[in-house]
Amino acid sequence: MFQFIVRRLLQLIPVLIGVTILVFSLMHLSPGNPAHIIAGESAPPDTVEQIEERLGLNDPIPVQYFNFVKDAAMLDFGNSWRTSLPVSEELWPKFWVTFELAVYSTLFSIFLGLIAGIISAVRKYSFADVSIMLIALFGLSMPNFWFGLMLMQWFSIKLGWLPPTGWGTPEQIVMPVITLGTMGAAVIARMTRSSMLDVISQDYIRTARAKGLGERIVIYRHALKNALIPVVTVVGLQFGSLLAGAVLTESVFAINGMGKLIIDRILARDFPVVQAAVLVIAIVFVFVNLIVDISYKFLNKRIDLE
Amino acid sequence: MSEDIILDIKDLQTSFYLDDFEVKAVDGVSFKLPKGKTIGIVGESGSGKSITALSILRLLDHPGKVKGGEINFKGRDLTTLTDKEIRQIRGNEISMIFQEPMTSLNPVYTIGQQIRETLKVHQGLDKENGTKKAIELLKLVGIPSPDKRVKQYPHELSGGMRQRVMIAMALACNPDLLIADEPTTALDVTIQAQILDLINDLQDRLGMSVIMITHDLGVVAETCDYVAVMYGGKVVEYQDVKSLFRNPKHPYTVGLLKSIPRHDTDVDELEPIRGSVPSPKDMPKGCRFAPRCPFATELCMEELPSLDHVEGESEVRCWIYTDHWDGDAEVKAHGPKRVAQSN
Repeated sequence: MFQFIVRRLLQLIPVLIGVTILVFSLMHLSPGNPAHIIAGESAPPDTVEQIEERLGLNDPIPVQYFNFVKDAAMLDFGNSWRTSLPVSEELWPKFWVTFELAVYSTLFSIFLGLIAGIISAVRKYSFADVSIMLIALFGLSMPNFWFGLMLMQWFSIKLGWLPPTGWGTPEQIVMPVITLGTMGAAVIARMTRSSMLDVISQDYIRTARAKGLGERIVIYRHALKNALIPVVTVVGLQFGSLLAGAVLTESVFAINGMGKLIIDRILARDFPVVQAAVLVIAIVFVFVNLIVDISYKFLNKRIDLE
Repeated sequence: MSEDIILDIKDLQTSFYLDDFEVKAVDGVSFKLPKGKTIGIVGESGSGKSITALSILRLLDHPGKVKGGEINFKGRDLTTLTDKEIRQIRGNEISMIFQEPMTSLNPVYTIGQQIRETLKVHQGLDKENGTKKAIELLKLVGIPSPDKRVKQYPHELSGGMRQRVMIAMALACNPDLLIADEPTTALDVTIQAQILDLINDLQDRLGMSVIMITHDLGVVAETCDYVAVMYGGKVVEYQDVKSLFRNPKHPYTVGLLKSIPRHDTDVDELEPIRGSVPSPKDMPKGCRFAPRCPFATELCMEELPSLDHVEGESEVRCWIYTDHWDGDAEVKAHGPKRVAQSN
């Protein structure tokens, strides 16, 4: 197990090299001279030249890349081109907001999705199953900014139960988490259902029943553990996409998170911030998948991680 | 039959209810099993033998249902029990082992955990005592180094070993009745013999009764005291094992026996039974076997014979043994076996 984790961490290196190359090229492939962006279009040529010199823009591209990676490794992404603040200072508070949102939404979707999926599978073709699958289909196909607005309409404006915007207090967390987590819950419910149905028809489930075990133990102990592997995979992917895709939810609820930061800074061509954000998301994504792979081993000892 | 009867099944009817029709998988099966004895239920795929077994413990998959008849086990009719009551019998008084040892154990739990579970639910044994008992049981079924095996996962064991584990699990609570649903079909021939010997040996030691479901008459000869031959959801013949092999009565049984290779006669060619098992959607209205029977008459095609006693305890469901028989007189006089041989 330890060896496996070390090896996976080493595999992280080529992934990171790939990500840094992509992120680095962003700046050089997009039109416009960064020095002009910083100094403004009408800046005098010698100011622009000074800035070019300071940013090392006249160095050969490989040298620039090397310097970028060297600084990034020390978590130094330079200063924002717009606010002149260190990138890490701008990024971290917003990263944590989005990270929290993604974690809570994932927990919400796991909880709701698993329960709904299990009920659906155990009562196949019943009214409960059909209703759950219909709702899941709805949850899957509904754009979440619209869903967020509808929640807001009901719970904030009509009923006045929850604050419409912001992030931090438990009341503020409820609606964004439901908005962002519903699609995941729908995916997990559908996945759990099909995976459970597959497992329930296996011979060992009949064996468990033949031993005289109660139906609850048969389902939760014998079937669920076997059915979880595809579900865990989906959860891992879901978490990564929540992290990157929270921007719509953040806009709707006016949450000052990383999604919003990325969009703002892309529009403002503030590349150091964008680069840092993309890099951080990529690293988190890789780590989440590592955790998913490790959890396979706990779910099923047959899976050979080496 | 003077011995205690442990299991007495009367007119068992099990159907699968599909959208637009009912499939009668088991259609009026009756047999008795004396205590400590083994009955073989023999038949081709689709004859209803496995469904009969699953009906006893109510383990049928949806949409299968026992819709009639009695299953009397130690004086109680199992068909009338609640789900909770039948669960207390499963794995405790009646255990079952299955055809596929490779897939019948849960891959994500150790052997020990799976055996302990049975002990816990029926006898309330804790982890420590459960593990001790599990090791004893593994030793009983002849698994080497049981204290190591108990911590292993099913995928670390061979098919034969897994079937032994299944047997150990089935024996955990000293059942009165063991139902073995084709326990050796998926195993190598050498392992088959070992598993059958093990079941026979344990039966002698523990005094269990056994229902052996099989399509293999070799298995029947080796293990059974009585045999019920099933065809098309019905028992067509019931005899003790010696009489069955010496003097099979139903033309179907005769056909089955003739389709096994033998080394002691000079027959070069095997004679398979013509045709195939009828589909439950499309059962012949007379004798189920009539379309494939070499002796069938118009009566056989039109009307279903009943399962009647002939010669003591033997029972057979065939018009040949009744006064209504209007077919070949020679068959009536000498029996289908003799006549089939001379052809």
